[in-house]
Amino acid sequence: MTPTPAIRLSALRKEFPGHPPVVAVDSIDLDIAAGEFFSMLGPSGSGKTTVLRMIAGFEEPTSGTVELAGDDVTGLPPYRRDVNTVFQDYALFPHMSIQDNVEYGLLVKKVAKAEARRRAGQALEQVRLSDMGKRRPAQLSGGQRQRIALARALVNRPKVLLLDEPLGALDLKLREQMQVELKAIQREVGITFLFVTHDQEEALTLSDRIAVFNAGRIEQVGTAREVYEQPATDFVAGFVGTSNRITGAAARAVVGRDGSFGIRPEKLTVVRRGSSAGDGLAHAPGTLAEVVYAGPVTRYVVDLDAGSRVIALHQNDHQSIDADLQRGADVDIAWHPEHVIAVPESPVSH
Amino acid sequence: MKRRSSLGALLGPPLLWLVVAYLGALASIFVTAFFTTDTFTNAVVPGFSLDNFRELFKPAYLHIIGRTIGIAAAVTVLCILIAVPFGFFMARVVPRRWQSVAVAAVMVPLWASYLVKAYAWRAMLQQGGVLDSAFGGTPGFGFAAVILTLTYLWLPYMILPVYTGFERMPESHLEASADLGGRPWMTFRRILMPALLPSVVAGTIFTFSLSLGDYIAVSIVGGKLQMLGTAVLQNYTLNLPFAAALGSVSALIMLLYLTAVRRTGALDNL
Repeated sequence: MTPTPAIRLSALRKEFPGHPPVVAVDSIDLDIAAGEFFSMLGPSGSGKTTVLRMIAGFEEPTSGTVELAGDDVTGLPPYRRDVNTVFQDYALFPHMSIQDNVEYGLLVKKVAKAEARRRAGQALEQVRLSDMGKRRPAQLSGGQRQRIALARALVNRPKVLLLDEPLGALDLKLREQMQVELKAIQREVGITFLFVTHDQEEALTLSDRIAVFNAGRIEQVGTAREVYEQPATDFVAGFVGTSNRITGAAARAVVGRDGSFGIRPEKLTVVRRGSSAGDGLAHAPGTLAEVVYAGPVTRYVVDLDAGSRVIALHQNDHQSIDADLQRGADVDIAWHPEHVIAVPESPVSH
Repeated sequence: MKRRSSLGALLGPPLLWLVVAYLGALASIFVTAFFTTDTFTNAVVPGFSLDNFRELFKPAYLHIIGRTIGIAAAVTVLCILIAVPFGFFMARVVPRRWQSVAVAAVMVPLWASYLVKAYAWRAMLQQGGVLDSAFGGTPGFGFAAVILTLTYLWLPYMILPVYTGFERMPESHLEASADLGGRPWMTFRRILMPALLPSVVAGTIFTFSLSLGDYIAVSIVGGKLQMLGTAVLQNYTLNLPFAAALGSVSALIMLLYLTAVRRTGALDNL
């Protein structure tokens, strides 16, 4: 018998009123294991935030159920669910001090004042903002507010922590720093994290598993490696990382059969026409349309003779390939045949 | 230099208006309160006398002052009690595209003449009026009628800031409270009300000061009831300096009230 999942969504569906009704979430089934760092990744409007809000209890599903640790909580108000949310805008209460904000969840649950104070102190320490307790939210920076929002949620020791694009408002440097911290905190407290993001890199970096959302449905669930290396659909291939799509005549010429295929840019090698790229590699002729040097990598844009444009990415390490490949040069692109993935068209158009 | 003079030209007239027409009038009321009247001719005699202020401390006038504050406070409390659920409904229940209609519905009565509305209440409150025939009784003209009428008259001035307060509050704050375990009553008391306080206080400044100075509605539906405004009116022809002293009282009460509420930040909210 498998252990009870922390979250189980069954045939979850949400329609918003309209003519015709807008289907935001379309029959989703999903199990999230206890202790997992799980990400819901997708473009805006793909339904990921609506799913999160249905788990928190802010939205009622049109049909289907939400189970938390085996209990059906569909229809229960948010305050009767053992989950806490880190909001995109942090939603710190502006008229309360930081300390009061963090204690709020404990006090409304009738935890004794002294105990609440102690645990809030711990939580603030956990996010390394112990000396900020007396301040007001308006006096903190964006990154600090983000960490307070995290402390305010974690102090309640929920079974599941829901994070709604929590890093979206931070600048790049801070975001990367917070990613590392989030992951460390999650490992430390061992709580299930359900993380909503539209940033594929963030999802790949942080998550044990990822669900890729598109148009209200889940296109694929898997580890970062699975989602990246074996995308189930062309949508996943295109949304998670970049991908060269090869279809039609080019597919027949390059792959040797009809269909829709994808290959990641970093799996392609570019060599001068006629020179050998290595054993066991397949190859196809083309013309170099563009060379873009971008520091750690160089991007080669190649027009295949078979009639398709592909991008190849090269690490500028010590075995950097031919440095004087110029625009317009006749080249071969080469790849390991196993890196060509069949990517069926998504069931939903996008 | 040119910019400064054009700025002066721009701000000069309104500043002049403010100083002369508003503060000047207030100052002249206050100065007049120290004058006396010739008991034989009723003519105003300039001078410096505290008699008028001494007169205010007679029980009859202390009663009027107390009653006026009581009525203004009661009207304000009633307006809050009605406006908070009303504002909540307008900002959070009514669909967005109907909100402007709701705001207009609150505003429209303000366009109707004050006198018409006061006389309408007189007609409703009288024996055999609408209240009488619908509920089988009427409070008649007096204390209750004044509170009822003033509450009706000033309610929009409370609803609008309260509605704006609700409107400005992010949904996520209410959700965060529920998410952290706060039941609706807790969310209302600990999150909603504190955030709303400045808006409510802003509303009370209107309802309280307007009630404090009113004399027309009082004379229409108040029967024999005396308030500060009607007392000013009564003394206006016979004893102008004393009327000025009475007028200073309401200005003073308002000044004290504004000082007290300044700390809430409500004044930034007007």
